[in-house]
Amino acid sequence: MPANSASPAKHRELGLTDSEFELIVEGLHREPSDTELAMLSLMWSEHCSYKHSKKLLRRLPTEGPAVLMGPGENAGVVDVGGGLGVAFKVESHNHPSAVEPFQGAATGVGGILRDVFAVGARPIAVLDSLRFGEPATSERSRYLLDRAVGGIGHYGNSIGVPTVGGEIYFEGSYEQNCLVNAMCLGLAPHDRLIRSAAAGPGNVLVLLGALTGRDGIGGASVLASAEFGEADEDKRPSVQIGDPFAEKKLLECCLELLDSELLVSLQDLGAAGLTSSSSEMAAKGGVGLDIDCSRVPLREPDLEPFEIMVSESQERMLCVVEPGRVDEVIAVCERWETLATPIGEVTNSGRLRVLSGGEVAADLPVEILVDDCPLYDLAPEAPAAPLYAPPPAVLTGRESATESLLALLASANIASRRPVFEQYDPVVQSRTVRRPDDADAAVLILPTGEAIAVAIDGNGRRVACDPRRGAAEAVYECAANLACVGATPLGLTNCLNFGNPEKPHVAWQLTEAVDGIAEACDALGVPVVGGNVSLYNEAPSGPIFPTPVIGMVGRLPDPERAGRLGFATAGDAIALVGELTAAGAAGSELAKLRGAAVAGPLPPMDEHAVRDAHGKVRSLVNAGALHNAHDIAEGGIAVALAECCIAGSIGATVTLPEGIDPFAEAPGRAFIVSGPEVALRGLTIIGRVGGDELELPGRLKLAVSDLAAARERGLAQYL
Amino acid sequence: MKFGVIRFPGSCDEVDAQLACQRVGEAVILWHRDRDLQGVDAVVVPGGFSYGDYLRVGAIARFAPVMEEVAEFAQAGGLVLGICNGFQVLCEAGLLPGALLPNVSLRFIFRQVELEVASTDSPFTRASALGDRLSIPVKHTTGRYYAPDDQLARLKSNDQVLLRYAQGQNPNGSLDDIAGVCNEGRNVFGLMPHPEHAVDPLTGPTGGLPIFESIRAHVGERTRALA
Amino acid sequence: MRARVLVRPKAGILDPQGQVVERALPALGFSGVRNVHVGRLIELDVEDPAQLPEMCQRLLTNPLIEDYVVERVEPVESATADSIGSLPGGQTPGVGESQDAS
Repeated sequence: MPANSASPAKHRELGLTDSEFELIVEGLHREPSDTELAMLSLMWSEHCSYKHSKKLLRRLPTEGPAVLMGPGENAGVVDVGGGLGVAFKVESHNHPSAVEPFQGAATGVGGILRDVFAVGARPIAVLDSLRFGEPATSERSRYLLDRAVGGIGHYGNSIGVPTVGGEIYFEGSYEQNCLVNAMCLGLAPHDRLIRSAAAGPGNVLVLLGALTGRDGIGGASVLASAEFGEADEDKRPSVQIGDPFAEKKLLECCLELLDSELLVSLQDLGAAGLTSSSSEMAAKGGVGLDIDCSRVPLREPDLEPFEIMVSESQERMLCVVEPGRVDEVIAVCERWETLATPIGEVTNSGRLRVLSGGEVAADLPVEILVDDCPLYDLAPEAPAAPLYAPPPAVLTGRESATESLLALLASANIASRRPVFEQYDPVVQSRTVRRPDDADAAVLILPTGEAIAVAIDGNGRRVACDPRRGAAEAVYECAANLACVGATPLGLTNCLNFGNPEKPHVAWQLTEAVDGIAEACDALGVPVVGGNVSLYNEAPSGPIFPTPVIGMVGRLPDPERAGRLGFATAGDAIALVGELTAAGAAGSELAKLRGAAVAGPLPPMDEHAVRDAHGKVRSLVNAGALHNAHDIAEGGIAVALAECCIAGSIGATVTLPEGIDPFAEAPGRAFIVSGPEVALRGLTIIGRVGGDELELPGRLKLAVSDLAAARERGLAQYL
Repeated sequence: MKFGVIRFPGSCDEVDAQLACQRVGEAVILWHRDRDLQGVDAVVVPGGFSYGDYLRVGAIARFAPVMEEVAEFAQAGGLVLGICNGFQVLCEAGLLPGALLPNVSLRFIFRQVELEVASTDSPFTRASALGDRLSIPVKHTTGRYYAPDDQLARLKSNDQVLLRYAQGQNPNGSLDDIAGVCNEGRNVFGLMPHPEHAVDPLTGPTGGLPIFESIRAHVGERTRALA
Repeated sequence: MRARVLVRPKAGILDPQGQVVERALPALGFSGVRNVHVGRLIELDVEDPAQLPEMCQRLLTNPLIEDYVVERVEPVESATADSIGSLPGGQTPGVGESQDAS
């Protein structure tokens, strides 16, 4: 039995409850050692165990005809034809980004890239979903924005993976808890896809990549606090620093190892480092693992076994190799200047044993690490009073439509994202058919000649107003974005960013939102292939807006015909596709600018009408009938029309149908399309492209150049 | 004709460059540690972040074994095209005059820019007409071209500036709007914009194509002359 | 011996990093700040200090755009004390003397 039993008080400092600690002691029939307690506290944390969300997540549909790998692997994979699969996943790096936004965001990108190449896919695109406090009033939010964007660019640009899209919202509720979610897509032939299950007792466990240091050793450093003097700065846990150059080599190295069929299984090292990666590999394979800590190459001397096991040093992977092929693996790694070190072996013990210089530092049944953490039921309760204060009003409500439109275009949530996107490389790898600002979704060409499209969405304010409909809207809006380029959805990934789930109102938001996502997925026939949960995003003033971020991937037959955002040709007819009559002010950007309460209900969703509208736009785009397609979202139809005019540098004259408020919102449900009038037969024609002004007769008339200037200024002024 | 595209650890745009070269000829990847240039007619030093851009952009890559061969190849009149990080490497290696400094904005900038052909008297721009506008993207953090006054004067009098950013398009504060320069022998050319990302109408404007076509025309002519 | 190479942009070359810092300090209330330049610090242990100038010329700096100074560093017992805050005054001029790259 391992020596040095941890003192019972330590478990609380490590975040385990008394009853959880009792379960551990009961399961082990003894008290855990320091190293074991460090490992268990991390594996039983919300981050690794999903103990407050796992039961809920079972409500999400995960099966579909295109799914090759579902939730549970490093990334989900869908079939895109021609023997190719697309792997993708979105993940949060919220807390590290709040501490150090540049490195936090950079390592967020690094982590999601590793998830994708861990399944054997070459990363081909990154998207980001960011949330900050109000930039107009918060210097800290401007700083976080600037540094997080810099960090994302630093990592993605340097490693040669294009950043093809993303979204940013600014709301007061994110002031203390910014959100940095990164999504990555990868491409792999089916036969290179690899799972993470360890197999074959006697096989060798090889650690690839960077040296191990004290990076990101959070709560576990409590275990050493007795030994650390106040002045012992060197032993403090440190911020994780990303090294995209190391990861680039690691990436190329792993793909070459897989192409040479040298690996039995592969897993990335993320949260909880070696502990999490090794125990998950063992659990999935139904085997045991012996790890010799003293063989792990260290960046600084004298790391304790528990530190080695929980270190979150970046740019590392773990693989299982047959003994006879270890030398070949090391040779490939040398070619890529990447360290490869055998650190253990697969056993049939069903136990994860951590050895250190002949001593046993930990000896745990794999299931206690991975499966035995208790799952909690939530106690949801709808709040009786509003959870969020109304935002400060910047408009009185007495402005003209012209003034309102200019204010919306210049608002941080709607303004041009160009100052951000210009810091990212969207074209490397030569697949990008539609760049940011070209269309509602990014479009990437495949070797088959077909293409995939991808979009990421999630408007937290609308979810705060009405969690169920707001979350469903995020799914519909993603699908609408895909429809605009002609893509049919294949699958989605989600990142659920919420407050403290142990609080009944947050539990209610989470439950409602998951139900909303599930309903939308069922209605559209889109499975969830993977995702991530980030809870406890709370400040003393309350929780963040509930923010489910949806990333959706679809497929389109002909990239030449992929839809575009901007109006193109003078004389084209403009049509409205889908339903806008139910659109309202609740949760809208204009309501925010007017300081309205954060309250629902949001307009109902007519699933059949929405599916029909999406289908119509998709088939028109694929038929090559349209010159533009754009979904109507934040800011209503007026902003959507302005965006089409600005993108195409051409005006339009539009008469809104009776009863449609130009600024009312009902995202995901309706589209603006334009093209030759004959091509739009049967649709509701509402106007014409032409001139250099946007005119809604009787309501507003503005030069396109003025619209563009307002939209250009909105975000640029803060960067 | 056959291009060789170098791959350093940290190169990112080498496959893109290979694809672009393949529009006008054959193209192989050359590994940074190999000294064999495989009989190529032209070498491309591609974009990316060789050796992580650590120490100083291009500073470490210039000492890669393959670069010794490239220097000899250039000495013998072989065509060498350096794109972005490749331009930085060639400047560090002394194969091109000047140096690249951090953008005035201190930020990475991706932008589709308009370039003007400032000289057609080179194997890289001969397919264009003087003053032609080429739409090509830039993407870099360290792209501000600099040369000391005397060197700059020499560059101009020798007609070594082949491409300039069109008026109002200079994205990085480059001296004299310089986007690309060649050596005195006119067989080594470096530019910050990425012509390899401007060759396929499906993915954007095709302002980069004339550069690859120029190289093909030059090599074809030389081959015929030798035959 | 332990050496320290201080690299800074050559005089006269636009140094936007220096300018940003020069503008930021007054905004924080520090007045009378001029001639700010941001460079790089390279520390290394070398057996033969005589090789340092060539190392600087060939790899550590680009003489076209950068000046440098080589300093000898005495081993310090408590490294953290010196690494925070400004460089200590009274630097030992380096190998022989400080020199600017030509």
